[in-house]
Amino acid sequence: MAKPKRLGYWLYLVPGGLLFLLVIGAPLVGTIYLSLTKWSGVGDPTFIGFDNYTRLFQDEVFWTSFKNTVAMIVAMVVVPTLAGLVLAAVLFDVIGRRFKPRTVNALRAAFYLPQVLPVVVAGIVWGWILRPDGAFNGLLDAIGLGALRHDWLGDPDTALPAVMGVMIWVQIGYPVVVFMAALQRVDPELYEAAEVDGANWWHRFRAITLAQIRPETFVVALTCTIAALKVFGPVFALTRGGPENATNVPSYFAYYTFFKKLQVGYGSAISTVLTLIIIVVAVVFIWAQYRSERQDREV
Amino acid sequence: MAVTLDRRHRGASRWVVLALVTLGALVMLVPFAFMLLNAFKSPGDYSSAGPLSWPSEFYLKGLTTYWNEVNFPLKLWNSAVIAGSVAVLGVVVSLLNAYALGIGRVRGRLWIVGLFLLANMLPQEALIYPLYYVAKEVGLYNTRLVVIIIFTVIQSAFGTYLLASVMSTFPRSLLEAAALDGAGKWTVLWRVVFPNLRPTLAVLLVFFFIWTWNEFLIPLVMLIDNSTQTIPVALASLQGDRLMDAPTTNAGALISLVPAVLFFLIFQRTLSRGITAGAEK
Repeated sequence: MAKPKRLGYWLYLVPGGLLFLLVIGAPLVGTIYLSLTKWSGVGDPTFIGFDNYTRLFQDEVFWTSFKNTVAMIVAMVVVPTLAGLVLAAVLFDVIGRRFKPRTVNALRAAFYLPQVLPVVVAGIVWGWILRPDGAFNGLLDAIGLGALRHDWLGDPDTALPAVMGVMIWVQIGYPVVVFMAALQRVDPELYEAAEVDGANWWHRFRAITLAQIRPETFVVALTCTIAALKVFGPVFALTRGGPENATNVPSYFAYYTFFKKLQVGYGSAISTVLTLIIIVVAVVFIWAQYRSERQDREV
Repeated sequence: MAVTLDRRHRGASRWVVLALVTLGALVMLVPFAFMLLNAFKSPGDYSSAGPLSWPSEFYLKGLTTYWNEVNFPLKLWNSAVIAGSVAVLGVVVSLLNAYALGIGRVRGRLWIVGLFLLANMLPQEALIYPLYYVAKEVGLYNTRLVVIIIFTVIQSAFGTYLLASVMSTFPRSLLEAAALDGAGKWTVLWRVVFPNLRPTLAVLLVFFFIWTWNEFLIPLVMLIDNSTQTIPVALASLQGDRLMDAPTTNAGALISLVPAVLFFLIFQRTLSRGITAGAEK
């Protein structure tokens, strides 16, 4: 009796499972296979073993692109999460309790707005703002700092910090909104009790806010880290990885290798390495979260 | 005494805090202000008076140039067809998958859910070339259909993960009561499970729609001409074009972000509920 029942449920996985194999499983295997070949996309791929990988590890552009990924993690994970924690706590605990809800909602919406746009549109607007004749230099002129005028995205020294700035602007609303939602399930009496006990804002922030929203902090850090490892659209719109690879990232490097240089095997090797890194990061994160939850339970 | 002093002190500091956060919020909005200011400024005005000046006339030609050049209504339609189909199909596929995993509790479900979650995290570069090659071989290249199929699967990978965990807490008593009434699995899914999960499914629908609307890499690779491209791809492919002077760029960006902002306003409540739901998983 139990057997046909289970079998019955398997049927519901058939359409999703087939689609999954077709669109994700098979192409992923295909990419891994292609990473062991030399191929321009026309004719038959030539099997060359691990040559693409040995070439990759000697390729300066590859190392630069991963160095830039670290910068992206700073701009898309570290800064937004820290700033988001403080902003969410301030909006919730200080402004939320002493001003009208409408004030809080308006401020939150302002921080969240960049998250709503197609990220490429944001990239194109910022690309124009940071142009030599763009609004940022205009602003510098207007406040008497015209001496600092610069081709922000055109100079290898300033391009990466400029892209990082844009990414902070894009990302910051996400942690703010998630953390504010998380704070809503914290018992307000906790704060009141702490206040009565004479705890100042910083004490309350550390003892209550941070402790209570740790699960959300994990989720935000994980999703933002994965997004930082995969970032493509903003780099495409702002700099195309330039100048001189100063803002190149693995996913743009792979795209360029596939479709502009027509080196499919090499592009596949880049993609495969990126995939492995993402899987490792995700597994480490989930393991760390699991461990910290278990420790909590033991305490 | 100490208490009243503290009160007064806090009374002043809360205004300082409010001022600082408001300043931060205004800084966030500055790029939008720049864009609005320059979307309606003539190129001559822009080059003589610069990006910060107030437009000397209300110049609409940037907007109309962009609108006509990219055939904006068609782009809007393409984006809507793709994002709308993906939202509906993605929710249906997620629901079916999650029914087997969360309620059917088929063997090895943890591994299967883990696989779906991992699939959602994969970089699209790891799939794009084989997808591109096969799409060309089977004649689906440069069609909206291929983008719809791909994103249905990618989004439902996340949806399956989320719904499977929601369904694993579904009250068994409801399922058993329906089974006692002689309802089969298909009937239980649509008569019992579906109505109960409607709020979560609505959130998922909105998420899928907006995520797909904003997607870039796969549409960029797959959609190469005016008749199939989406709004973000159309804007990006004109970047650097002679046509795109500062007013046209800003006008193009402005009308490209209007639909996204509208969705946000319309779905704001569903979304903020959904972000919480997602974060608790």
